[in-house]
Amino acid sequence: MADNPQRPLASTRPLSPHMTIYRWPVTMMTSITHRFTGVGLALGAVILAWWLVCISNGPEGWQKFHAVSDTPIGLLVLFGLTWSLIYHFLSGIRHLAWDLGYGFDKRVAERNSVIIFALSIVAALAVFAAAWTGQGGYLK
Amino acid sequence: MSTAQTPLHKVQGMGSAHSGTQHFWHERVTAVALIPLSLWFAYVVLGLVGTSEVTALQFLAHPWNAILMGAFVCFSLWHTYLGLQVVVDDYVHTAGMKIFLLLVIRFSVIATGATCLFAIVRIAAL
Repeated sequence: MADNPQRPLASTRPLSPHMTIYRWPVTMMTSITHRFTGVGLALGAVILAWWLVCISNGPEGWQKFHAVSDTPIGLLVLFGLTWSLIYHFLSGIRHLAWDLGYGFDKRVAERNSVIIFALSIVAALAVFAAAWTGQGGYLK
Repeated sequence: MSTAQTPLHKVQGMGSAHSGTQHFWHERVTAVALIPLSLWFAYVVLGLVGTSEVTALQFLAHPWNAILMGAFVCFSLWHTYLGLQVVVDDYVHTAGMKIFLLLVIRFSVIATGATCLFAIVRIAAL
């Protein structure tokens, strides 16, 4: 170790800038959030499976699902999934636009990031407000 | 020859993963399919809020709705598998752990999908 000529050099050289050094740009936030919501939605898929199984079990199954989903924690999870799906949907459309070569301009990318964040929160709140005020349930 | 690649390898364009752009492409195809399917899914879930299991059963028992729910489940879980695979590829760097996690993800996704499809078929057959 001591006779390794590279070691003292390596320890005195400055490291390349790391995540903790950068000021977080908003585009970095949207990228991380896209991945974060994607992993969240993977867990949501398990809840979707449970929901479908509950429906297939008839009245008792429906009650079992609602006994969990109608609690504060259940509603919080459902709100999180609603927001995650909306966010991943909007951000995903932007990813497809990027694949086609649109939206790479720095100003445009930053503006779209803010729009996606704001729109996803507003839309998630709107969905919950609609359900809360009895606007849902139209498939009856 | 200035490259270690054989001409055959080069023309196949498969790279070191031997699957070329297949992963990228499948992720995009499933994403495009999920645009209309997620909108439909959101319409359905909001439409079933505050109703009874009878409404849900009748709605999902309709062939078109059963097919669409089945398609939503298949495309979203396929997309989920591809996405989680990228997360593991990015953060897990030891071969053993990587293979283990990829298998756990693959089995979990298949189990979730099979459960969803079984429930959908069961509802449609009720």
